[in-house]
Amino acid sequence: MIQVIQNLTIAELTAWVIVVALNAYVLFGGADFGGGVWDLFASGPRRERQRSLIANAIGPIWEANHVWLIVAVVLLFVCFPRAFSGLATILHIPLSLMLIGIVLRGSAFVFRAYSYGPRTEQRRWGHVFAVSSLITPIVLGICVGAVVSGTVGEALATLDRSAKEPLGLAPSVGTGTASVPGFPSLYVHPWLTPFAVAVGVMALALFSFLAAVYLTVEAEGDRELQQDFRQRALLAAGASLVTALVALVLGGTRGGAMARLVGTGWSLPLLSASALAAGVAIFALVRRRYRLARLAAGGQVTLILWGWALAQFPLIVPPSLTIDAAAAPARVLGDTLLVLAGGAVILVPSLWYLIRVFKAKEPKESES
Amino acid sequence: MSDLLAARSQMAMSLAFHIIFSVIGIGLPLLMVIAEWRWMRTGESQYLDLAKRWAKGAAILFAVGAVSGTVLSFELGLLWPNFMRFAGPIIGMPFSLEGFAFFTEAIFLGLYLYGWKRIGRRAHLASGIIVALSGVLSGIFVVIANAWMNTPTGFTMVDGQPVDVRPFAAMANPAAFSQTLHMTLAAYAALGLGVAGLHAFMILRGSGNPFHRRALAIGLAVGAPASILQPISGDISARVVAETQPVKLAALEGQFATERGAPLRIGGLPDVDRGDTRWAIEIPKLLSLLAFHDPDAEVKGLTAFPRNEWPPVPIVHVAFQIMVALGTYMTLVSVWALWRWWRGRSSIALADDRLLLRALALATPMGFIAIEAGWTVTEVGRQPWIVQGILRTADAVTPMPGLVVPFLVFTALYIVLGIIVVYMLRQHIARVPDEPAIGNREPAPGNGSNADGVPSVGTA
Repeated sequence: MIQVIQNLTIAELTAWVIVVALNAYVLFGGADFGGGVWDLFASGPRRERQRSLIANAIGPIWEANHVWLIVAVVLLFVCFPRAFSGLATILHIPLSLMLIGIVLRGSAFVFRAYSYGPRTEQRRWGHVFAVSSLITPIVLGICVGAVVSGTVGEALATLDRSAKEPLGLAPSVGTGTASVPGFPSLYVHPWLTPFAVAVGVMALALFSFLAAVYLTVEAEGDRELQQDFRQRALLAAGASLVTALVALVLGGTRGGAMARLVGTGWSLPLLSASALAAGVAIFALVRRRYRLARLAAGGQVTLILWGWALAQFPLIVPPSLTIDAAAAPARVLGDTLLVLAGGAVILVPSLWYLIRVFKAKEPKESES
Repeated sequence: MSDLLAARSQMAMSLAFHIIFSVIGIGLPLLMVIAEWRWMRTGESQYLDLAKRWAKGAAILFAVGAVSGTVLSFELGLLWPNFMRFAGPIIGMPFSLEGFAFFTEAIFLGLYLYGWKRIGRRAHLASGIIVALSGVLSGIFVVIANAWMNTPTGFTMVDGQPVDVRPFAAMANPAAFSQTLHMTLAAYAALGLGVAGLHAFMILRGSGNPFHRRALAIGLAVGAPASILQPISGDISARVVAETQPVKLAALEGQFATERGAPLRIGGLPDVDRGDTRWAIEIPKLLSLLAFHDPDAEVKGLTAFPRNEWPPVPIVHVAFQIMVALGTYMTLVSVWALWRWWRGRSSIALADDRLLLRALALATPMGFIAIEAGWTVTEVGRQPWIVQGILRTADAVTPMPGLVVPFLVFTALYIVLGIIVVYMLRQHIARVPDEPAIGNREPAPGNGSNADGVPSVGTA
């Protein structure tokens, strides 16, 4: 392990920083999407109470949570421009869909929060907010699934081969050797695969699981609401398990990164740790130990994300583009890391303050 | 519609949409903080009311600005992957810094909007100040990246590839200072006079509510100085453009022939085929004087450059005329308003001058239109280049065909969103508060029983 860290190039270090940003986005922003899902499926006698718990939990922090995605994207285009431009080319359609989801989710949420209009109008914004929260994680998961399975990288190589001048999107494949492939084979088939869709649904299930577990803690002091979200968390845990198995089965039929995910030295301990975290989360939910459940659920999702990153390493766009080959000049990476470190000095205390103000438990005051 | 034109249209539409929200995101927090500070100083509840109403407006507009900004950060790659592959590492630094500024803004906006009862009043005001500062910084960083596209520095081209990339040198490009100054002042001018104009309109409509007078005064306090300083920054900008982008200068002035002692053209329409600008009022030697501070300086005309390096001249010229005309009006109204303020020794007296109120109400949308026109000048004026002199826009576009589809989809999305935002803001403006007597006091935040700044969401 120490050997691995010592051998890290600056590019690889930067890539891990991006994984950290993505991890934060999944833990915070992902849960906000999950909150939208539970808004959509709010039901039973406490329907409105569920919705207002979700809104109050997301309200002060969703903007900050959303920025993690922007941090990851900016780091990707600054530090790995070849990877960014390649992904943006092949994944144009799902990324556009994701953006539409992000736009609708964010704006509908504030429109609802600040609407002076009649109740029906607020409900309409609520529906837009909830439905876009459902779609966005699926598309995000599809993009990740498509990258990890190598179909995006293969499409980039095809695109490069068909170009008259080298586009430099995939490493050394030569140019002008193939006819121009059709639109679907470049811009649809690479991401519309059973495996990518399975990963998309798994992302949705995991985000919903995270949100439901967080909400059991947010609902402290209200046993009925806690019970509602406990049930939902257990339901989502089951769904994540099923979708994870489906994704593994579908992914196992493809070589490359997926094979590494199940068949290398570190993969067994990591998968077991992830399964263990899932077990702890479910156990804690059953025993109503919600804070432990929150910790375990966060750990589970984190382990899955790092499992994906490790399975790809040292590739950034499988099957052939490596982190080092896609990286910007070392000086750019160094300066960027320096700025990141400086920025973290401001950011970390600010975030801590934000979370402490709104998430620290205090005697319930009459807030609604 | 060609794919290139569709991509350019989608980018232009996304930027035109986003810039309105960015400008408000820069200016509105400052107004909100001034109002809160006035409330803390005077105890007058109307100031608190203003701060809270502006904060709610800021929340809506910030959210739409945040998501439309996210769209842009992806669109850079979705539409211009080759540009990003080339320029990402070079101009990544301001984008990274912008990321931090934006993050800080989001964190403290959350604290400001939802923290009226949760944090002390000083901490609350400080949060607002941080929101206002990080908003300006965000804008500055993004404009620095754009300035680099106009005057690229910080790298060396070897065999068509950038080498020896120096990110901080790229930030210190020749247009960085003039463009950020011009844009920051524009944001304050547009938002400040926009707010002042809106409330001037409400007073004219017969509302005697002193609430509007206070809003008018704060709007003017921000907008008028910025409007008055803007011509100076415009002069600095023009000289940088004259030096670094002579084609752009020639296009925006409608200058076809290279000449010494070039005249300044007011209005007119450039005719590219005839090679002159018709129907313009020409002021002799003024262009040479303004651009180079020498009445006999030589100004390069469009004909000094190959035809395939000309931007669309009529668009650039007309957009520039619109920007200057609206900016001039805003400067004059600002001088008038500040003179009245100084003469009346009070901001309250302002609101009794109905002619001035009309002039201000007329200025409400002008700053925003001027900003759109100004961006048209700088972006269309750089064509056919995406990076001046280095990378052509046509070479930067994505190979994906059918780009007209995302263009139409995002246009429809933004039109709907725009209509909803206007509708929401109208609801807010329509809810004029009751008229408490001036001096009505309200307890500070943290003391319990004050008006609730936390929006109630979906509660039964």
